[in-house]
Amino acid sequence: MLTKRIIACLDMDGGRVVKGVQFVNLRDAGDPAECAAAHARDGADEIVLLDITATSDKRKTMLDVVSRTARSLFVPITVGGGIRELSDAADVFEAGADKIAINSAAVKDPSLIEKIAARFGSQAVVVAIDARRVNNSSIKDGCEVFVAGGRTPAGRDAIQWAREAAARGAGEILLTSMDRDGTKSGFDCELTQRVADAVSIPVIASGGAGTPQHFIDVFRAGHADAALAASIFHFGLENIGQLKLQLRAANVPVRWPC
Amino acid sequence: MIAIVDYGAGNLKSVEKAFDYLGANVVVTSEPEKVAAAGKIVLPGVGHFSALGALVNMGLREAVLHGARAGKPLLGICLGMQWLFEGSDEAPELVGAGIFAGRCRPFPSSVKSPHVGWNSLTIRGGSRLLRNVASESFVYFTHSFQAPMVSGTAAATEYGVPFSAVVEKENIFGVQFHPEKSWNVGLLMLRNFCELDS
Repeated sequence: MLTKRIIACLDMDGGRVVKGVQFVNLRDAGDPAECAAAHARDGADEIVLLDITATSDKRKTMLDVVSRTARSLFVPITVGGGIRELSDAADVFEAGADKIAINSAAVKDPSLIEKIAARFGSQAVVVAIDARRVNNSSIKDGCEVFVAGGRTPAGRDAIQWAREAAARGAGEILLTSMDRDGTKSGFDCELTQRVADAVSIPVIASGGAGTPQHFIDVFRAGHADAALAASIFHFGLENIGQLKLQLRAANVPVRWPC
Repeated sequence: MIAIVDYGAGNLKSVEKAFDYLGANVVVTSEPEKVAAAGKIVLPGVGHFSALGALVNMGLREAVLHGARAGKPLLGICLGMQWLFEGSDEAPELVGAGIFAGRCRPFPSSVKSPHVGWNSLTIRGGSRLLRNVASESFVYFTHSFQAPMVSGTAAATEYGVPFSAVVEKENIFGVQFHPEKSWNVGLLMLRNFCELDS
């Protein structure tokens, strides 16, 4: 049976992990390669490396960090942040990424999705959508896309943009609720469900994970195919394995044992 | 020496990395001569089935098939596995190797496509590639077309329909999923492949 994926996201700034987890038994808890390996050992189904300041600082993603992290990581790894054109994506794949995540650059030039998909396959293209609920008559579904790390409203409806991204060849949608991000109050299940039902490609829910029940909710009510969290260990759980055991107990199919 | 065949489709880095990690002697190549000289052949591939057309144009199709006929272990991964069948509805004009009977077809409309994520293997006994791999082990898939169940099916997976996840016939092996991204289970299969006699 196809399982629901638990994805560990490492937010990076200047090549260091800036948010998340205090692992024990790591020489350097801020090192992306060590953190990614620790998450994978604990049962993470995928790893996302996000260079959170790349777009705003106009820096390229830290290719050496990607290379070092990917070298002995045998689960899928997605890299996002600062990918503005096909050659940026090619560099990230060359460094060892399996998928790239594009956000601002895809909104600015949607044909970028087609270009990367044509060269590397749709399975390698994740379109990240940062969405926030707004009261604005021009946003018909009431949820607007934001770009540049959530700083700039794009004037686009999130569900309509997800549909367009899928039609242009995105392999997955990574949907972050900005209203929930960092709140630990639960995923936005309603928004996730609307996007998941609107597209035929998998949707990864992000933003708001605080308890195991939140994951159960977003898989059941939110129709999410995967759920992503950065501070995934801050639930009083020791590791992702424990989260998966709770999901299993609730009859959510997960990869276990890993 | 294991030749990883580079016919220009997608990203071969992960496959190369996994074999490197296992200490195997690998070369990524688009030269038919190097494929012919290798003891084992890996045919990877992601993306659209039509990408496999480049095998013919680059003279690689014959090199791969010749090696397979000579008894060299051949491992097709994802698109490379689908190519071992007669063809795919994704690019009907393209002729597969026909080592396994039948054509690859899309998933039924009852399930989302592509099939992305970790799914389980139901293993039939006796596979050399799956030696010491437990039935119901999870592996990572990402594909839109699926290969039919055939007499050479060594492991099946269910997604809307049951399909071939692993095929095996003498020295020919194919896996629909990505062993290089399937954690210890996938590495075990690649190690089994490395340990086959050339």
